[in-house]
Amino acid sequence: MRAVVTVIGKDKTGIIAKVSTFLAEKGVNILDISQTILDEYFAMLMLVDLSGASDKLAALSEECAEMGKKIGMSIHLQHEDIFNAMHSV
Amino acid sequence: MFNFNEVLETISMVEREHLDIRTITMGISTLPCIRGTAEETAKSVYDLVCKKAEKIVPVAEELSKEYGIPIVNKRVSVTPASIICAPFPEKSALIGKALDDAAKTVGIDFLGGYSALVHKGTADYEKKFIESIPEVLASTDKLCSSVNIGSSKSGINMDAVALMGKIIKKTAQATADKGGYGCAKLVVFCNAVEDNPFHGVGESDTVINVGVSGPGVVQHAIEAIPEANLTDLSEMIKRTAFKITRTGQLIAREAAKRLGAQFGIVDLSLAPTPARGDSVAQILEEMGLESVGTHGTTACLAMLNDAVKKGGVMASSRVGGLSGAFIPVSEDIGMIEAAEKGNINIDKLEAMTAVCSVGLDMIAVPGDTSESTISAIIADEAAIGMINNKTTAVRVIPVPGKGVGEQINFGGLLGRAPIMAVHNQSSNKFIARGGLIPAPIHSNKN
Repeated sequence: MRAVVTVIGKDKTGIIAKVSTFLAEKGVNILDISQTILDEYFAMLMLVDLSGASDKLAALSEECAEMGKKIGMSIHLQHEDIFNAMHSV
Repeated sequence: MFNFNEVLETISMVEREHLDIRTITMGISTLPCIRGTAEETAKSVYDLVCKKAEKIVPVAEELSKEYGIPIVNKRVSVTPASIICAPFPEKSALIGKALDDAAKTVGIDFLGGYSALVHKGTADYEKKFIESIPEVLASTDKLCSSVNIGSSKSGINMDAVALMGKIIKKTAQATADKGGYGCAKLVVFCNAVEDNPFHGVGESDTVINVGVSGPGVVQHAIEAIPEANLTDLSEMIKRTAFKITRTGQLIAREAAKRLGAQFGIVDLSLAPTPARGDSVAQILEEMGLESVGTHGTTACLAMLNDAVKKGGVMASSRVGGLSGAFIPVSEDIGMIEAAEKGNINIDKLEAMTAVCSVGLDMIAVPGDTSESTISAIIADEAAIGMINNKTTAVRVIPVPGKGVGEQINFGGLLGRAPIMAVHNQSSNKFIARGGLIPAPIHSNKN
């Protein structure tokens, strides 16, 4: 199962390091990363594979949101199908 | 890899524009529950609903987290209860209580189906069932009731219309301590749909229906093109409705799979909540009206409703329910404010119901409104539905002890409603005539 992780917030040092370390600890494999600065805001998009993940998707989603709060960023982890459904015919 | 802007658009729809899955509804056929006595039937109904709907709340919560989209209401709908109460109509309340108890046990928000279908005539057992509604709604919490009094095929059962005027008044009195709250759980329909939020006898035993909503998303899309003409605006609404509905389709399929039920339909509802930025009225105002209710409102609503359907139909394999834009007054901040300022009245709302999803919805009227006036409001609304082959409905609350200029606050998603004036001239003689308004000529299609 694949999911999309989005990380949005004020830019600062070490965001990618913290997020990717967190995901590695959870057994989440990063397949693709895209990152940019939008209007001074850090924005990162990751496609991840959850087949080796330690927790279920719903739990991981909550943990990511929680982790985001700790580092002052908005982090979402969502099933990829929500984006496929909405943006492809 | 996904497009950055598309992913951010989806997240923004949920976080800032109130996109949500408004309802997941499990339709359950209770026909197999009929037993020799009311007591045995009530127990069987309770057991069946508890068993079938046991996982609906946890599954909805899990889906909400996995896909990152709120799921607001978890509901169950059952076969119209008057049918399973037919052998013992004087004990209908027992079935009502069993359904309400089951709703509380499984933790859902609403259970619909304390209902009767009397569009062509009222059987004796149905009359007794309908007479139980005020007491049942006053003594239950989650249970909702509806009565279908007309259809394009059969005409309007005016005896039932007269009866429902009395029942609505009695329900308001029975729940007077809560401002007539019982009436917020009672809807009178013409052309009631069979699939969502009801469970007709033609349905399978267990079905999952999903309603999506996102007035804020549509409003935001319109804001983005302030100079667009109406053709372009309609295209934009269609595209937005497509995206919203695809989300509903995804959740509906997944929920049906996890709950072991058949996927029923996606209800393409544009349903407001009292939150600012989640309002159908504000969409109409964004289209160029100073206030909802002014001249042009019906035209704007007609275009909105049609564009939502066109976008939604393309997005889902099965569309049904009451699909379209809803205009419940108390549940829409734009409607509430327009009503407070006197910019919208019941006559304009009636005109609007000819071109939108349902009908006169969540409208508070003076507590001393007569039974026959309420019946006449129902008759007008049913006539619009019957002639135009669409569903129409009336959910009015004659708020005990209150009059025009005051308001009633139900709280939560039901919101608050300024009491609206009704016409004071009597419709008594018309309602007292009774009988059936015959079906229109265009119903003869065979």
